[in-house]
Amino acid sequence: MSDSDSNKVDKKRRRMLIGATAVVGAAGTAAFAAPLLISWMPSERALAAGAPVEVNISKIEPGQLVRVIWRGKPVWFVKRTEEMLKDLASNVPLLRDPDSAVDTQQPPYAKNEVRSRKPEILVLIGICTHLGCSPTYRPEKAPADLGADWKGGWYCPCHGSRFDLAGRVFKNVPAPTNLVVPPYYYKSDDLVLVGEDGGAA
Amino acid sequence: MAAYPRKTEATGLLGWFDERFPIVETWKAHMSEYYAPKNFNAWYYFGVLAMLVLVIQIVSGIFLTMHYKPDANLAFASVEYIMRDVPGGWFIRYMHSTGASAFFIVVYLHMFRGLMYGSYKGKRELVWLIGMVIYLALMAEAFMGYLLPWGQMSFWGAQVIINLFNTIPVIGDSLSLWIRGDFVISDPTLNRLFAFHVAAVPMILVALVFVHIVALHTVGSNNPDGIEIKKLKNEKGIPLDGVPFHPYYTVHDIPAIAVFFMAFFAILFFLPEMGGYFLEHANFEPANPLKTPEHIAPVWYFTPFYTILRSVTLSPFMGTLAMFGAIIMLFLLPWLDRNPIKSWRYRNTAHMLNVAIFAAVFIILGYLGVKPVTSELKELGVRMTEIYFLFFVVIYAHSNSHKPGRYLVWFLALAGAIFLIDWYRYNPEDIETAKQIKWQWIWPIGYLAVTLLLPFLVRPCNAEKAVPERVTS
Ligand code: HEM
Ligand code: FES
Repeated sequence: MSDSDSNKVDKKRRRMLIGATAVVGAAGTAAFAAPLLISWMPSERALAAGAPVEVNISKIEPGQLVRVIWRGKPVWFVKRTEEMLKDLASNVPLLRDPDSAVDTQQPPYAKNEVRSRKPEILVLIGICTHLGCSPTYRPEKAPADLGADWKGGWYCPCHGSRFDLAGRVFKNVPAPTNLVVPPYYYKSDDLVLVGEDGGAA
Repeated sequence: MAAYPRKTEATGLLGWFDERFPIVETWKAHMSEYYAPKNFNAWYYFGVLAMLVLVIQIVSGIFLTMHYKPDANLAFASVEYIMRDVPGGWFIRYMHSTGASAFFIVVYLHMFRGLMYGSYKGKRELVWLIGMVIYLALMAEAFMGYLLPWGQMSFWGAQVIINLFNTIPVIGDSLSLWIRGDFVISDPTLNRLFAFHVAAVPMILVALVFVHIVALHTVGSNNPDGIEIKKLKNEKGIPLDGVPFHPYYTVHDIPAIAVFFMAFFAILFFLPEMGGYFLEHANFEPANPLKTPEHIAPVWYFTPFYTILRSVTLSPFMGTLAMFGAIIMLFLLPWLDRNPIKSWRYRNTAHMLNVAIFAAVFIILGYLGVKPVTSELKELGVRMTEIYFLFFVVIYAHSNSHKPGRYLVWFLALAGAIFLIDWYRYNPEDIETAKQIKWQWIWPIGYLAVTLLLPFLVRPCNAEKAVPERVTS
């Protein structure tokens, strides 16, 4: 082999080497990244913490709101008064989804005007459907900051979403949908179990 | 770089190093023979001050990490412990919390300087883009740091920000679940954001600041006149309007650093919480997943974007898009403002008004973000959001001042767009909002009138001035 031959650059071979190592390198990077990315998924411990909760509703006063925690989220129990229930109808023209048409927001048995199994007891997940704050309970009528039309409901301090006393969202606020009604059923007149539908809904 | 053996005129210890590492060369390239325009004004302090604050944050942060516990059960108490029991702990923590706000004050002023003097032009697009990535990294860093004390604001602020990802169609829910590592913000979330806050992002920030400077020194600094000093050089190739960065600007910056420290320590010692703006009151209560505080607002430096988020109520995803869009628009600035004149000193009056109004609107958006929502303020937020985005269209429309007739066309098109949006939003049954829509249209239309109609009707307001050959003063 002459001197000039040995100095000749074998470009094909270089390209082949770069190509082959790049492919292997990419696969290696992916193989290395996958466990790192997967490590961010909820751990078994986090997945396990989701048992149903039992709540005794006999002590809730009319108009009162009680908070319990279920799957790390606040769940509200409100005992609505006759007047509160009567006022619900007057909100309808101002609501985005007055008939609870969005099915993901409640189980079938809460798809009614009052969004509950029994009219007076309202059960809701207390998390705003906008970005997840827990709205403030404002049962009073026509307070100065919420305006003359306010018939009681929730005001979200984060971006100002408003919900009525059936957890239905008003128009022109950031939250797109009604508050979620969790699965629940009455074990007896006084005991409610949150987290299960109780078989026959 | 010279080949081995390296030649150096340095002797002694420096010579020993310089034969092995390009010290002298680097020093010259970036300090003693880096020629910066001689007409820098006070606006040019903020880059150096930003670097200073970065150092403060890293040093105070390392020491906080020695006493802090990234565990949902211990975090809040460990911060209290730092404040009460660790000797000098309060000083370290206040350094870090005051430093965070100082960082944003300094960076916002630094960015506004770029806007005034067109510093993103003339091959400085990359300097600007790297700057914007720094700004994004800085926001991520601040957000993650705010979660660490595990107070009420930490918890609910993170809840909202991470739920922003929830609004992305299809993948949103799984994405936010993956980020949190749980169905709610909890210990795994705290732990991973801690890792980012103390290790990953600071490293990225330092690297970005390094390339920011390298890119800048490759092109050379802009200046308040927006003149390229490299155009006129003396026989030695030195810009006529340049002075060596060292000693001129090193010495020039030292008093500014002293003044900065006076302000910094005055706040640290006398107003560390800044009335709830630097450290929010609700964050002195431990995180409670059952109850959002009644008055919740992000820390002041996020509030302009927060107002944009809550003003766009079309759908939560649109709100999220608008918020991130507001930042993305800034990235695009070098390609939107195509006017060859850099500094606003020589641009027309309409452009100066445009930039000044933009700054004012940014501040108003920020102010609205700390206020609770009333019908009136909500509508104002919508209108300021409109102006925020219009700014980027108007700055594009101002790219060419020689055809003022086009301003009229732009005015009609943009005003038409505003009225179209109003028509869509208007609902006579929603009396309060309807009332507000009916008078607050005046803001965006007034803005368009000042920036587009004015230079069309009053020609002196469209006149650009001749850019001098040499820098002034
Ligand atoms: C950690 C944050 C930052 C640091 C430490 C930093 C540092 C610096 C320094 C030291 C300079 C030269 C001195 C000066 O012109 O003031 C500079 C110039 C510049 N920076 Fe930054 N910067 C930061 C963030 C940003 C951001 C967020 C932007 C905007 C998106 C930006 C855009 C620019 C531009 C356009 C210049 C050139 C200015 C001119 O020549 O007129 N920087 N930066
Ligand atoms: S989280 Fe309730 S309005 Fe945004």
